[in-house]
Amino acid sequence: MTIVKHELKQGKTAFLIWLASIGSLLGVCIFLFPEMKAQMEGINEIFSSMGSFTAAFGMDQLNFGSLVGYYAVECGNVLGLGGAFFAALCGVDILSKEEKGRTAEFLLMHPVSRRRVITEKLMAVIIQITAMNLILYALSVGCMAAIGESIPWKTITLLHLAYYLLQIELAGICFGVSAFIRKSGIGIGLGIAAMMYFLNLIANIAEVAEFLKYITPFGYCEGADIVTNGSLDGVMVVIGMGLCIIGIAAAYLKYTPKDIQ
Amino acid sequence: MDAIKITNLTKYYGQSRGIIGLDLRVGQGEFFGFIGPNGAGKSTTIRILLGLVAPTSGSAKIFGKDIIKEQKAILQNVGYLPSETAFYHGMRVKEILKLSADLRNMDCVDEANMLCERLQLDVSRKVDELSFGNRKKVAIVCALQHHPDLLILDEPTGGLDPLMQREFFYILQEFHKGGATIFLSSHILAEIQRYCTRAAIIREGKIIACDSVEALSKTNAKRVTVRGHVSLDGLEGVRDRKETDDAVSFLYSGDIKSLLCALSAGQVSDLAVSEPNLEEIFLHYYEKEGEDR
Repeated sequence: MTIVKHELKQGKTAFLIWLASIGSLLGVCIFLFPEMKAQMEGINEIFSSMGSFTAAFGMDQLNFGSLVGYYAVECGNVLGLGGAFFAALCGVDILSKEEKGRTAEFLLMHPVSRRRVITEKLMAVIIQITAMNLILYALSVGCMAAIGESIPWKTITLLHLAYYLLQIELAGICFGVSAFIRKSGIGIGLGIAAMMYFLNLIANIAEVAEFLKYITPFGYCEGADIVTNGSLDGVMVVIGMGLCIIGIAAAYLKYTPKDIQ
Repeated sequence: MDAIKITNLTKYYGQSRGIIGLDLRVGQGEFFGFIGPNGAGKSTTIRILLGLVAPTSGSAKIFGKDIIKEQKAILQNVGYLPSETAFYHGMRVKEILKLSADLRNMDCVDEANMLCERLQLDVSRKVDELSFGNRKKVAIVCALQHHPDLLILDEPTGGLDPLMQREFFYILQEFHKGGATIFLSSHILAEIQRYCTRAAIIREGKIIACDSVEALSKTNAKRVTVRGHVSLDGLEGVRDRKETDDAVSFLYSGDIKSLLCALSAGQVSDLAVSEPNLEEIFLHYYEKEGEDR
């Protein structure tokens, strides 16, 4: 577990910055809800009459006057985008940074197999994402309790589970990318996360592009669907986890025999 | 048992040559020198031995263990000092040393403290703040603190001041006396000549000479220094000619009679004939190989 501990220490500052950023935005959104609720009649009309924009964010199916509807759209975007960027960055640099920072030689001169390096680095990524999501979940529930709202446990838990799976999927894909590159993958990581987000917006707007929901992890994070169905779309989750496993498998296949420069 | 046994080892990076059909044996307990200019294939050989790059063909064993199949067991007993070392940002020297020991599942605190004291290395400093020489010291301690049976050193003294170089070689000699095998890759031929018992010369990915340092230093070529005025025109086998106002010095590998004739025809006030040093031998090998091609 030496490499896991080392990675967690190395990633501590970035983790705390992302946690503070997403957590504070999430908290602010929840604390704004009582004020929003008071003006909801007008707002609901505005939000439901914005055409494609309304559909893109699923606001045509959700009631902004309820905590669940408000949380699914507003906080969902913060958690979805913020979490996606964090997870992508966690995964995309974890292997490549050793060659970029020229520390690969130091690490691999020790009696640690490449498989162990990959496995422990993957564990470090998963631990960071899991810790981030558990803290954000507790923070959200705490903020809801603080504003005096009854907590819709099942829906909130499902929403957070969906975003957790989204982050794991993106991290898995980016982890695979990380094994192939030797330079910083920040651009690639952010690009993948942003592309996935916009694919979902396109799928929401155009019926012909609805199949894109099966490609992007944001498809199974659609707040409107989760709130309406009370469950995640199993097919989309399975496809997503399949992509994640392919990413991780690619990392093992590529990095194990890779010539280190 | 050989400490290192390399058999017909070849590495190509795409179309580029790394090493070609390399054969090399280093006995257990040897202080072995590995000489060659930049790009000759020294680092490629070392990186293959450490498992950092995979060979295109051929095989290598360290203490009888295959470098690919038993890499982990090999690295447990190997200390490697790269020519340039980068460490993780933000870490202190003591954290780097502990990380290195932890990766070996060993407690090396006592040995690390002793080495840091001898090399005058402040363990509380951040590695980012260290000079190249001090970073080298950190790498030295990482390579030695677990008392390896084989030390692979790639240009080890770069960045170290002369006093530290001397201390470093004292430490190496102690390890050598303790039974460790030392594989020293260096450009500094004086280091090889002073400390190594055997050496190999690598050129364009191939070993062109491998023998005891003493035998490598014995060559037909002699360093001839003549004070006075002598014409060397028409004399074959003259290399590395250096002239001053009243003296000429050159490496000579031609017919001795012809040399004596040339000298007797000139005005010689002083004459010295000596064995060339390893640096001259090295150049001799390279020029000879260059001519042979």
